[in-house]
Amino acid sequence: MSTTTLPPTKKDAPKSAPAATTSDRARSERKLGWLLAGPAFLVMLAVTAYPILQATYESLFSYRLTDPDNRSFVGLQNYGVILSDPLWWQSLWVTALITFVTVLVELVLGFALAMVMAKALSSIRPVVRAAILIPYAVITVVSAYAWQFAFDINTGFVNSWFAWIPGVGTDTDWFGDFGTSIFVICLAEIWKTTPFISLLLLAGLAQVPEVLQEAAKVDGATWWQRLWRVTLPNMKAAIMVALLFRTLDAFRIFDSIFVMTAGANGTESVSFLAYRQTISRLEIGLGSALSVLLFLSVVLIAAIFIKGFKVDLAQARGEG
Amino acid sequence: MPNAPGRSGFRGPAPAPLRGRSRSRRRGVAGAAALLVTAGTLAACGGDSGGTPTLTWYFNPDNGGQVELARRCTEEADGRYRIETAILPRDASSQREQLVRRLAAKDASIDLMSLDPIYVPEFAQAGFLAPVPEDVAERVTEGVVQSAIDGATWDDELVAVPFWGNTQLLWYRKSVAEAAGLDMTKPVTWEQIVTAAQEQDVELGVQGIRAESLTVWFNSLIESAGGSVIEGNADDPENLELGLDSDAGRQAAEVMKMVAESGQAGAAFSTENESASAAEFEGERGGFMVNWPFIYAQAVSGVEGGTIDQAVLDDYGWTLWPSVLPNVPSAPPLGGIDLGIGAYSANVDFAYEAAECITTDENQAYYMINEGNPASSAAVFDAPDVVEKFPMADTIRQSLEQAAPRPQTAYYNEVSGGLQREYHPPASVQPGDTGPKAAELIAAVLRGEQLL
Repeated sequence: MSTTTLPPTKKDAPKSAPAATTSDRARSERKLGWLLAGPAFLVMLAVTAYPILQATYESLFSYRLTDPDNRSFVGLQNYGVILSDPLWWQSLWVTALITFVTVLVELVLGFALAMVMAKALSSIRPVVRAAILIPYAVITVVSAYAWQFAFDINTGFVNSWFAWIPGVGTDTDWFGDFGTSIFVICLAEIWKTTPFISLLLLAGLAQVPEVLQEAAKVDGATWWQRLWRVTLPNMKAAIMVALLFRTLDAFRIFDSIFVMTAGANGTESVSFLAYRQTISRLEIGLGSALSVLLFLSVVLIAAIFIKGFKVDLAQARGEG
Repeated sequence: MPNAPGRSGFRGPAPAPLRGRSRSRRRGVAGAAALLVTAGTLAACGGDSGGTPTLTWYFNPDNGGQVELARRCTEEADGRYRIETAILPRDASSQREQLVRRLAAKDASIDLMSLDPIYVPEFAQAGFLAPVPEDVAERVTEGVVQSAIDGATWDDELVAVPFWGNTQLLWYRKSVAEAAGLDMTKPVTWEQIVTAAQEQDVELGVQGIRAESLTVWFNSLIESAGGSVIEGNADDPENLELGLDSDAGRQAAEVMKMVAESGQAGAAFSTENESASAAEFEGERGGFMVNWPFIYAQAVSGVEGGTIDQAVLDDYGWTLWPSVLPNVPSAPPLGGIDLGIGAYSANVDFAYEAAECITTDENQAYYMINEGNPASSAAVFDAPDVVEKFPMADTIRQSLEQAAPRPQTAYYNEVSGGLQREYHPPASVQPGDTGPKAAELIAAVLRGEQLL
């Protein structure tokens, strides 16, 4: 709960010195606040708001970078083209599929890893934490290449190591069709970003009051019951924030697809589609419209989480 | 916490009486240094420091050949200009992406650029290339194979300088061809090599990956069948005439399907690129392969490095790209690099002079020998050291003469991207169906009615 303080009017203001000091102090604090946050706010406006507004403006034009003379205003036509194209819906579906699968698996795995990090013997705890975080420190493109080389039919080791699994053989072409390509892409994403989720969940775990755990223990609750009835409900905010951040991140997937399949076999994501129109085809108008739609999708996801699931970002940061 | 002003880089106190002077002197020195750096940077940006003009050559990565040519030509310029090199990304489409964005912003630092011929029309149409002076055009096309000149031409005018001209050959294992009873001294068809590969149970190396390689393959198939991807209005996106829904288009699609379904194209056919084909061909089951000549230089260094047996290299045979129709010569793929001169360069004259120097027969021979990339000048193929290093030099020249460029249009990216989307994976190609679908897609994309 927050309180709002109205600035004291002349009439109400007591003429005593302390009240005047408070008002001055509040004012100067506000001023200091603006002075401290102002530059960052301006930078944010320049690097975030400006490109968004520019993309929105460009999306109303038919504009090819190599043919600037023929740039013409087309209104919402670019949006019409995109929304009536099956390729957009296919990409949206692929993006949603990757997002759902990776975030779900990462949540379960991330929670398990957070428990390990929290409960590991204190002597090995730093090593465990560092080891778990290593994948997150790897650049996505590098991780994508590493996974591609591992699964590649010529250079990879996966086919020969896992040939005992039914369906896998030395001639399995992982990047040859949709299902197997998406499987490897998801695997690479999960490996890379599970540490991120586990870090956020570790912070949430630390917030669960130990007294509640002990009270549950005294009442005879099993480990499983304590997990479901005590730990998880008390870290709901942390879980929701972890889910929100990862979902927004996963929805913008680009690198792994670009490196592993370059969009072959119907594996294009929405970001990849925007890249192809803007950077490869140089169709700035159409590409900007796609970027705006991608932005709106991300805003929608954030809105659903914050309003729909009542995620309180302040609470998750320990400010509530 | 940030350093207090004036403290950064200041180590230890100076004697009190001198401190003020020392600080101001230091500031003066720092200011002068900053001025010098700024001036140097600006001069580098302008490419002309008032002394020797500097030309920047943006080039595709190689093994150092282009850097050496830049050095040679700088030396030859004898102080009139200097060539600096700047490296571009590895694949042609990324090279284009980077150059186009810079040129759209009128980047004056681009004096020379190594351009894949497929993007020459787009660059020329956008006005990114400085016009080739008539006398230069005459000199740089003298003795150059026709297909390389065609690749550097747009709207009936030479717009770039042909540098090296690549082409694909049909590579085969002599032992396999002999066992299959194929007479490789005569042109062979796709059907013949597919049958031979099946009979001998060897691999047939073709690039089925969804990338430019697929367009390369398809374009030569349709050209070999007597058709063309674009039949007219190459510079009008609304009315581009495509030749995909034709007999030649169907025959090309039939070959694609035949190869994909032969069972000999390898398990990873739909993701196979040139390097993967080369690796297969070097292996035990290598039989036939269509590929660029770099694979021969690669095999020679493999033998030198001990990774390939000399016997395997001795078994390498080569001939012209396979025909689609019996008794009709094939139209092999054309690749290579042209030199484009940036329209916003401050030193266009020097840049053309440098381009002429880079593309002399002597330099092309050097480049071919050291990089394995064929020259565009026909005379180079007769040079003794070239013939010694490339026993197939004569076949390459003949292939270059017969080669067909890929569709020449300023909208190449859309055409090639559309083909790749519809003809990939090759096993899904339906001869009567894929052509019209691809034509419809490309037309809709060019009209701005569909995404790619």
